[in-house]
Amino acid sequence: MQLAIVVNEGPYTHQASDTAYHFTKAALEKGHGITRVFFYHDGVNNGTRLTVPPQDDRNLQKLWSELGEKHGLDMVVCIAAAQRRGILDADEARRHGKDASNIAAGFRISGLGQLIEAGIEADRLVVFGD
Amino acid sequence: MAQKKKFLYLNRKAPHGTIYALESLEVVLIGAAFEQDVSLAFLDDGVFQLMAGQDTTAAGMKNFSRTFKALGDYDVRKFYVERESLAERGLTVEDLMPITYEDENEDYAEKPSIHLVGRAELAAIIADQDVVLSF
Repeated sequence: MQLAIVVNEGPYTHQASDTAYHFTKAALEKGHGITRVFFYHDGVNNGTRLTVPPQDDRNLQKLWSELGEKHGLDMVVCIAAAQRRGILDADEARRHGKDASNIAAGFRISGLGQLIEAGIEADRLVVFGD
Repeated sequence: MAQKKKFLYLNRKAPHGTIYALESLEVVLIGAAFEQDVSLAFLDDGVFQLMAGQDTTAAGMKNFSRTFKALGDYDVRKFYVERESLAERGLTVEDLMPITYEDENEDYAEKPSIHLVGRAELAAIIADQDVVLSF
């Protein structure tokens, strides 16, 4: 089955991102396809490479990046939600005159159309949120 | 687009104080371009999103409530409001903004977009969807 995953909460404050990560990993291990993982609302905060959690805790951004790389996942961060919360790639940073970018490896910034398209193309869209 | 799916946007949170309602509306507006079969549902504190006479001046926040009235022009015409959620908050449909759309099949007659539904009926509507986005 082809699944689309939506992550609507940031790491650590809510369990949503952890649950979405474990669900996605388990689905892949069971042989399902992942059409796209779409990060929205505070979920975009999963995609900053500047998070430095304590060493004895999980690093969710790193976990997502590694899972994305291993399975070639399309992990999309909503551009409007990302800009509100200070998640930028190099192009967006340049466009808005900012002195840094912080998008993590394996994530890309794109529009909400990618969320709708994932809903249309996948067999099931699964939302993780508060 | 070959496929047409039933999309339901489930709005459960109050309009201001958190960004969920505003960002939900942004998805609805972008999604309208994809010409899917779109419905909106308002339940729990989400019913406050449709309150008439919202004024966010003192809070210093964006008042996006008027955007709901424009959704008819984007072919978003089905607003399901849960009756129990209204009653639990001491509200009636009279407290909500009038939201209408123009029916091109009936000489552009203005018709109400808001439909009051009971909890069980809303559950059936949710079960009938292909894609449910919950905010």
